[in-house]
Amino acid sequence: MKNNLEHSEAAAIFNKDVKRVDWHDETLWFVREKRDKAAHQIPEWELLRETASQIKNNVLSNIHDYLVEFESNALKNGIIVHWAANADEHNKIVHSIMEKHGVNQMVKSKSMLTEECHLNEYLSEKGIDVIDSDLGERIVQLRKEPPSHIVLPAIHLKKEDVSETFHEHLGTEKGNNDPQYLTEAARLHLRDTFLTRKVALTGVNFAIAETGEIVVCTNEGNADMGAHLADVHIACMGFEKIIPQRKHLSVFLRLLARSATGQPITTFSSHFKKPRDGKEIHIVIVDNGRSNQLGREDFRNSLKCIRCGACMNTCPVYRRSGGHSYHNAVAGPIGSILAPNLDMSKNADLPFASTLCGSCTNVCPVKIDIHDQLYKWRQVLVKEGHSPLGKTIAMNGMATVLANPMVFDLAGKAGRFVMKNMPALVNNSLNPWYKQREMPAPPEESFREWYKKNGKESKAKNNE
Amino acid sequence: MKIGLFIPCYVDQFYPKVAIATYELLQKLGCDVHFPMKQTCCGQPMANSGYAHLTTGCDTNFIANFAAFDYIVCPSGSCTLHVKEHLHDANNEALASQMRKRVFELTEFITDVLKVEMISGNFPHRVGLHQSCHGQRGLKLSQMTELNAPFFSKPEQLLKGIKGLDLVSLHRKDECCGFGGTFCVTEEAISVKMGQDRIKDHEAQKVEYITGFDMSCLMHLEGILKRQKSSIKIIHIAEILNATV
Repeated sequence: MKNNLEHSEAAAIFNKDVKRVDWHDETLWFVREKRDKAAHQIPEWELLRETASQIKNNVLSNIHDYLVEFESNALKNGIIVHWAANADEHNKIVHSIMEKHGVNQMVKSKSMLTEECHLNEYLSEKGIDVIDSDLGERIVQLRKEPPSHIVLPAIHLKKEDVSETFHEHLGTEKGNNDPQYLTEAARLHLRDTFLTRKVALTGVNFAIAETGEIVVCTNEGNADMGAHLADVHIACMGFEKIIPQRKHLSVFLRLLARSATGQPITTFSSHFKKPRDGKEIHIVIVDNGRSNQLGREDFRNSLKCIRCGACMNTCPVYRRSGGHSYHNAVAGPIGSILAPNLDMSKNADLPFASTLCGSCTNVCPVKIDIHDQLYKWRQVLVKEGHSPLGKTIAMNGMATVLANPMVFDLAGKAGRFVMKNMPALVNNSLNPWYKQREMPAPPEESFREWYKKNGKESKAKNNE
Repeated sequence: MKIGLFIPCYVDQFYPKVAIATYELLQKLGCDVHFPMKQTCCGQPMANSGYAHLTTGCDTNFIANFAAFDYIVCPSGSCTLHVKEHLHDANNEALASQMRKRVFELTEFITDVLKVEMISGNFPHRVGLHQSCHGQRGLKLSQMTELNAPFFSKPEQLLKGIKGLDLVSLHRKDECCGFGGTFCVTEEAISVKMGQDRIKDHEAQKVEYITGFDMSCLMHLEGILKRQKSSIKIIHIAEILNATV
């Protein structure tokens, strides 16, 4: 079942290169600070978050009706709508559209859903050549890596790494790390792709029930370039992307880019409503575990997520462990509450990859209680038997000691005695605390021992 | 007004001086403070590890020790938050729910219940304040940098009254130190890195002391400082406030 390293193992490896970790941390912290600046410039920021949260709550409570409304309006607009229960169905639908048109090449803009469904691998097995047109996505695609961040897919890489990759795949000059030079090379390479591909796939940021249109937000314009030049536009969306009315964009578009990168708005927020003459638009609406999550009372509101990535940028653990350590299409705090829904056994480590500091919840533009859900997932995972036996035994032992004052007192005394007189039993390589930290110096007496002698009850007795 | 002194288990065992300072400080502020001798732990270590179902023993013991008090005061934001959010009693939920409202972290108890605005005193040192997350974001002891909302800080308000105390401004005002309960051993590499980075921020401000309202975070930072043979010292906010009343 498990073929990935656990988060803690992968994070420890990531941490071996201190300079790179510092760089990764500082780069993402810079984005968090940009986000703060943007958010603090808007007096009604907290009201916007609350409004967005309530709109999304309404959507989740009425999702069936909104989806039906969306489908009927999209059909009226001449869009072809497909429904996929899971990743496999989604991939098959996309492939069948390609087959119908006899095309074996696709240009694709960013879609975390297709990462979740592993569409690239699926299509490649079917002999279809997919080119990711988002610059960051293209870089990681060339390197055969998954994105490490939902908004900044190649944030784990430095310009030297990109130069190396482009030299190998695009024939750029070896050792030329100039970002402008490298971007220009990618631009030329992608320009050819845009001009020749007949099928373009995009993600969906918002699907508007009232009008049957979809909105795609990018900074690079790559979704537009792909979709406008192709004969067939396939847009893939998780069903939670629905918003009721077009006017609600005035809330979400203001929150999305400010939360993601600190920009007032994404460079392109493109509306796709009906196909041009002779062209096709397909929308694939995907469940893939979402209705299951919708049924989990404690976790349903994770489906409010608009994929801004703010929780990743602020997460002190994510910044220091890198996106790949989460071994899931969506990394970071939000990924850690979505992933166990997809596969508890494979993702049982993720809700524990957090200190529960709560910063994620505070930056979330739709007010998902991320850190509370991390806590709740821990309880579910243990109850469902996804905890190592050793930990369960230790926790049971601890619970017994802590529930019994006499035993606690004895254990405390024994522990402090050992630390004082046989420090090697504690200060050794088997103790993960001691690896890079000193143990606290054990005091002569505990507070309760002191209190027995000096507390007001004993003083009162002495004065009698 | 009878106050039950709730001392976190590891403070009882490893940092009795923090408990003594809390006890003495509350007495100096005119409180009738008692330490129920049979208290142990709030159960948080198990709960945060996913074993909340094993904490009924701790809850029962906590209720037996503290039910009789008007207020329960604790020099730890984290333990206070755990009780506030998770104390239950299957046989008497009304009592448990009432007790959840009666538990306070030390600085919020001083500012909000005792309504003491300032503690005068003397601590002529350069000090950095570590904002422990559960106290800050959980109990809202101070405003959080993520929010677009007016500034306030209960611990800072108290520290600002202390003569000679030079409270520095940190670059990352409320970033987590990486302690995180069992996280500190299960995710050792990240935990230590987070602690080291927090310390660097304090070092850059040339602090002599790092203070805070949660000894667990401070214990983690102290462990790293000692390993680095740093001259920066750790001091719980109760010790600063008590030394100077």
